Amino acid sequence: MARPGRRLLLADAVSTCPPGRHGEARAEVLALDGVDVWLSGRKVLSEVSFAIRAGEFTGVIGSNGAGKTTMFRVVLGLEAASSGQVLLDGESASHRSRRSIGYVPQKVVLEPDLPLRARDLVGLGLDAHKLGVPWPSRARRDAVDEMLAGVGATSLADARVGTLSGGELQRVLIAHALMSGPRLLILDEPLANLDIRSGQEIVELLAGLAHGHNVAVLMAAHDINPLLEVMDRVVYLAGGRAASGTVGEVVRPDVLSRLYGHPVSVLDVEGRILVIAGSNIQAVGTLEDDLGEHRH
Amino acid sequence: MRALFEPGFFASTPVRTALVVGAIVALASGVIGVLTVIRSQSFSGHALGDVGTVGGSAAFLANVSPLWGFLGIAVLASGTMELFGVERRRGRDVATGVVLGAALGLSALLLYFDTTSTSTSGAAVTILFGSLFTVSSDLLPALAGLGGGVLGAVLVMYRPLLLSSVSSELAAANGLPVRFLGVAFLVMTGIGVSLSALAVGTILSTALLIGPAAAALRLTRRPGRAMLAAGASGLAATWLGILLAYDSFYWPPARKGWPVSFFVVALVLVFYVGSGSLSSARSRRARGTT
Repeated sequence: MARPGRRLLLADAVSTCPPGRHGEARAEVLALDGVDVWLSGRKVLSEVSFAIRAGEFTGVIGSNGAGKTTMFRVVLGLEAASSGQVLLDGESASHRSRRSIGYVPQKVVLEPDLPLRARDLVGLGLDAHKLGVPWPSRARRDAVDEMLAGVGATSLADARVGTLSGGELQRVLIAHALMSGPRLLILDEPLANLDIRSGQEIVELLAGLAHGHNVAVLMAAHDINPLLEVMDRVVYLAGGRAASGTVGEVVRPDVLSRLYGHPVSVLDVEGRILVIAGSNIQAVGTLEDDLGEHRH
Repeated sequence: MRALFEPGFFASTPVRTALVVGAIVALASGVIGVLTVIRSQSFSGHALGDVGTVGGSAAFLANVSPLWGFLGIAVLASGTMELFGVERRRGRDVATGVVLGAALGLSALLLYFDTTSTSTSGAAVTILFGSLFTVSSDLLPALAGLGGGVLGAVLVMYRPLLLSSVSSELAAANGLPVRFLGVAFLVMTGIGVSLSALAVGTILSTALLIGPAAAALRLTRRPGRAMLAAGASGLAATWLGILLAYDSFYWPPARKGWPVSFFVVALVLVFYVGSGSLSSARSRRARGTT
């Protein structure tokens, strides 16, 4: 069924997905190695190192101002690291290799009267860097239709982008970001301002992209809970420093207390995680087990 | 036909020049205007028109066409506004306001010199409110070059410009040179505004830049069509305005003709209001059928 000349087909990507969600043999799509970032005299990120692989869903968890957006901007090359390096597919990131990252920024504000349909925005994801006016072509239209269908936004194709709801806009922005066929998709707080149901739908869509279509998904959120069931790996950011690993490895009182530089407790409330300041609360040490049970 | 087109309408050189100039200006303004509205830079566009007054009045003192004054100052001002920082909306508004205030102050002085040197108020009226009938046909090649240049630049940079206008964040994520595109667009706005300032004056130039674009945005949800519609409605307003101004020669009170700028801007407003009722009628019909 694969037609040539198309860079990403959701259906085709499935066949390339190796079995097993935690296949260690998979190549690292993105790696940060000892990244320091200074912004206007302040150290925003300090010694941030982690790696993510194809087919993994990684949550970047941190409160506002923890440096999530800055970290993404460094990966995208919009902000420079003062030391350390960013590797894409094992090689030092270049302008060219960065172009192949799919990115959904935080807070894309679009006026309701904007003369742009969802399909126009998705189409721009394919060829916004090209010069000249886009000539309507069957292939371009099919690619856009297929992508809209892939994110469950077919019915939105001809709506003005400024009139979409938060969840609808996220779907369209994800489709826009996927048009270039990225192996790495970065999303900055896509759940902000979404109601619980649309938020969960977006998480499921992203988990499907990671686990079903072999895309490395890196998604920022300030709350870890909506991601618990789909997340393969977490990058926890606090005070400009990062801890990464599986949820069980990172979301522990000792690791987080070191990260925050302040004693914190990790509570498990019926499979949901609460991170609370102070060490006088009896921490639950069996988080990993509880999570395991919750998944079944 | 005779009732509509007064005798001599097409034979008159100023009228023919005005029709050609009006067409160039309307098309360039329409296309630039749509992008200006998408970028929420209407205030910057208005300011670029207003600061043109400095250039126009200086050009008048130097005895050259105000077009060159408009252009020089608009390009200078767009550069200054960019230096002040136009990345954030607040910074952009502040930068625009500062440049605008300074320029209008200087205009007050230069317009005073203009009027005292010629002891008429003609200079001020021409610069502020323009007149298509006074544009010299010698300027036509330059105008065609500028208008064509702006249209060509938009066509070439269509997709990068469109995405960076919709969201600079998305454009940056796509690896587009957002800052360069911003400066390039400001310069293009400067040229577009200078052209429309020549047609309807510095004060009214925004009307031709924003009005047709705003009307077009109500009628279509496609960016390319919006640009075509804005160009077309600007063209209709300009040509009808010229016709009405020509016909108004025997109208009261002075029986000397009403200013063409008035007709153009009034028609732009009529089209804008009309587009509003058209789009609400359309959505009523859409609701009725579903």
